[in-house]
Amino acid sequence: MTQGIAFYAIFFAAIFTNNILLTNYLGMCSFLAVSKEVKTAQGLGMAVIFVLAITSVLNWLAYHYILVPLNLTFLRFIVFIIIIAAFVQLIEMIIERISEKLYTSLGIFLPLITVNCAILGVSLFMVIRNYTFLNSFFYGLGSGIGWALAIISMAGIREKMKKSRVPKGLAGAGMALIIAGIMALAFMGFSGMLNIT
Amino acid sequence: MEKFKIKRVFSDDIGRNNPVFAQVLGICSTLAVTNVLKNTVVMCVGLIFTTSLSNFTVSLMRNYIPARVRMMVETLIIASYVIIVDIVLKAYFPDISRQLGPYVGLIITNCIIMGRTEAFALSNPPGLSFLDGIASGFGYSYVLLIIAVVREILGSGTIWGIRIVGDWWTNWSIMVMAPGAFFVLALFIWVVKGQISEEGEKK
Repeated sequence: MTQGIAFYAIFFAAIFTNNILLTNYLGMCSFLAVSKEVKTAQGLGMAVIFVLAITSVLNWLAYHYILVPLNLTFLRFIVFIIIIAAFVQLIEMIIERISEKLYTSLGIFLPLITVNCAILGVSLFMVIRNYTFLNSFFYGLGSGIGWALAIISMAGIREKMKKSRVPKGLAGAGMALIIAGIMALAFMGFSGMLNIT
Repeated sequence: MEKFKIKRVFSDDIGRNNPVFAQVLGICSTLAVTNVLKNTVVMCVGLIFTTSLSNFTVSLMRNYIPARVRMMVETLIIASYVIIVDIVLKAYFPDISRQLGPYVGLIITNCIIMGRTEAFALSNPPGLSFLDGIASGFGYSYVLLIIAVVREILGSGTIWGIRIVGDWWTNWSIMVMAPGAFFVLALFIWVVKGQISEEGEKK
């Protein structure tokens, strides 16, 4: 079904029309928790782009070269989550060694990423939709960029909103959800352009 | 004493400390599966099953898990139960399994389960942890069910696939899509939080 779709279509669809956060609701927890300042949002966004692009490829390899030949596809949840956790841990150690500066700006976000549902979600979508190797990479990259785009714009809006008066019960999470809703509406405007399912 | 504890576990997890609206945890799946009631019920059952049993298992093993790798161990335990849920769904409800798609697998990264094992099961006996799992599962489920009912009525005019409004009804297609979920959950949080803060002021 999706075999015929070129990788650039998947790439742009993952950023705009099928934004992982605003249409698939993945990665909401850290989206709400870390979107108070643009700077931290940028750091987390970069980390997510990086991890998503690499883990989607790693998980694709593990799925098609280890799990499918051995007929163990039902173990994919465990394998994916182990690969993600191990990769994140490894990257954290490497970054800590090579660059102090990068570690303070990016490294502190890495542990948060293991529990980000977007990472596991992208790997699962990739398996369900039968993507090829190249498509998986671009799907991962595109989803990461889409997620970063959403969280950075969200942080920007929330920074501006600090001074506005919000009804008491709505302050915090409630307001963040309403903003996310309006952003999702805006992104729906893209949906006519192309569509992947 | 024991009875008192059990009661507190339930009232805390379902009411005041409800994971969805007080801590805003685990809402990925809250939003994704609530456009139709049927899927939501299946999701809730799966979630209650996973939370309670993984809480129970972690609590049984709590004295043997080294502190440094505990997150990994917890994740693996949760993932095993989710695999059971996934296989059962595929075998008995293939339609629903296809509709839920990746969201069954995403129960693993649902912060509620991880949060409960981390916060409760690691320091409490198995029986109580099991109950805590069920309680927070229910606390999560009833919020999901309310949102699902609202979205299904407004979005398709049905409940559980049965039409309940007349022909004059126009579907709010926005409710079935992403933004509807955000708005309904935000309104829900608003109402509940307003209630809680009023209670707090009275005291």
